[in-house]
Amino acid sequence: MKTTSFISIVFALSATSALAGGHCAAGKTLTEGKLTIATGNPAYYPWVMDDSPESGEGFEAAVAYAVAAEMGFAADDVVWVRSSFDEAIQPGAKNFDMNMQQYSITPERDEVVDFSAPYYSAPMAVLVVGEGKNAEATLEGLKGLLWGAVGTTTAVPMLTDLIQPDSDPLLYGDNADVTAAMQAGQIDAALFDLPTALFLSAVMIEGSSILGQFPADRSDNPDQFGMLMEDGNPLKACVDEALAALTDSGALAEIEAKWLQDTTGVPLID
Amino acid sequence: MADQSAAGRTRRQIYEDRLRRRSLIIAGSSTTIVVLAVLFLVPMAPGWEKVQKSFFNWDVFAKTFPGLLEAFMLDVAIFAWCAPLIAILGLLVALARDVRSPALFPLRILGAAYTDIFRGVPVILTVYLIGFGIPGLGLPRPWNSPYIWGSLALILTYSAYVAEIFRSGIESVHQSQRSAAESLGLSESDTIRFVILPQAIRRVIPAQMNMLIALQKDVALLSFIGPVEIFRQAGVYKSLLANFTPYVGAAVIFLAVTIPATRYADYLLAKQNRERS
Repeated sequence: MKTTSFISIVFALSATSALAGGHCAAGKTLTEGKLTIATGNPAYYPWVMDDSPESGEGFEAAVAYAVAAEMGFAADDVVWVRSSFDEAIQPGAKNFDMNMQQYSITPERDEVVDFSAPYYSAPMAVLVVGEGKNAEATLEGLKGLLWGAVGTTTAVPMLTDLIQPDSDPLLYGDNADVTAAMQAGQIDAALFDLPTALFLSAVMIEGSSILGQFPADRSDNPDQFGMLMEDGNPLKACVDEALAALTDSGALAEIEAKWLQDTTGVPLID
Repeated sequence: MADQSAAGRTRRQIYEDRLRRRSLIIAGSSTTIVVLAVLFLVPMAPGWEKVQKSFFNWDVFAKTFPGLLEAFMLDVAIFAWCAPLIAILGLLVALARDVRSPALFPLRILGAAYTDIFRGVPVILTVYLIGFGIPGLGLPRPWNSPYIWGSLALILTYSAYVAEIFRSGIESVHQSQRSAAESLGLSESDTIRFVILPQAIRRVIPAQMNMLIALQKDVALLSFIGPVEIFRQAGVYKSLLANFTPYVGAAVIFLAVTIPATRYADYLLAKQNRERS
């Protein structure tokens, strides 16, 4: 079984290397004619479903295949490898063409590695516990909740300007303190970016759920995820081009709606 | 005798006045020189403009000051309900540590353990532990409010210090006073109430003033568990405006309260020393 799939890959390789020949990515990938993409070990819901990126299920897996297709690689030419989060943001040679595991683009990281254009801007999401779960996912329904947020983030102006809750929000020093206040039942709801909210509701805060998410353009300076590449990787131009095309065609937004709104069941609050 | 009748002063007094004037002039001019040096030399430092922009930015100061002042009202409120409770609990603990009856010895142990624990644990840990921990046990609203439990954390910590100060006051009242009260037929509780405490409390008032000043600043620790008091509000402004001036504004507000309070404590202490000597 293993041999046959290997042989089929070799065949596919020879078939598509000709196809990729005239394309932007030709000669720039780790293995000619193949696109090697790394993800986390393990990779999590809803970024990669069931820890199997090969299925193309999950937001990042779907984006990876869409970008690969846009760059002229067939689905069979996408090779998945695993890397730890910290190992990949260190400087040095990489064993992947690009790495997707919710890397936020920061200037510090950008000094030692390269990032593609962002494929995702993390929107603010509403995490609720207890009473908060009964609230309606509308701006009006959110006003009556007792709110908390991290005092040093842009969640604060969003709370005071957009939601305008009836009672003064409680503010904390970091996510851990907000979590503690939720567990103590001192607040009903808190604003986090969606990836953080997904993690907190799945792992950290028992009995919590995500009521909804705001459109990404509502947050000022949102956390943006980029594909991580070795510093100076010539492939970056091709990946950016592909991402731009996917953004323009609306394909990227569709993938996001499918995996981060429909699958997670986190509706958009407008 | 002519010079004495003219101003009503002796030659000695005139000499001393001259000395005093001279030292005043010297002190005044040296202070002026230091102040001028600071005012002129600091702005000459190469990074001054940047520092001024991020720490002493007038526009930011004027914009954020009203909000800070409003947030400070919460500090005042927390202070106002904590201070009397601290005084009462502190006094009770001090009295518990002073009981003489052998049957009540457990009370003494309890008092000692209390002061040891709450003076030894960092305030912020107590605030977290009580502010998040007790409500986390499943209290319903509004009894899980961070205002209630955060205040309790401050009260417990400060009572330990205040109790020790009260105790030092109680112990400073000489044993002979107790004996005298006893010989007059006063009961033990009356001795404490009418003989010991009135003297003890008066003696420790300046030291307790210092505790009030410290408490007034530590109220800001409640911001860790949610209440948006002046320190947190300044932090929010800092993040929004990427400027540290709001902290300076908060410091100005704190100083406006603590400096008069400190001067008053000094005055009380000096007065007490004069009375004793």
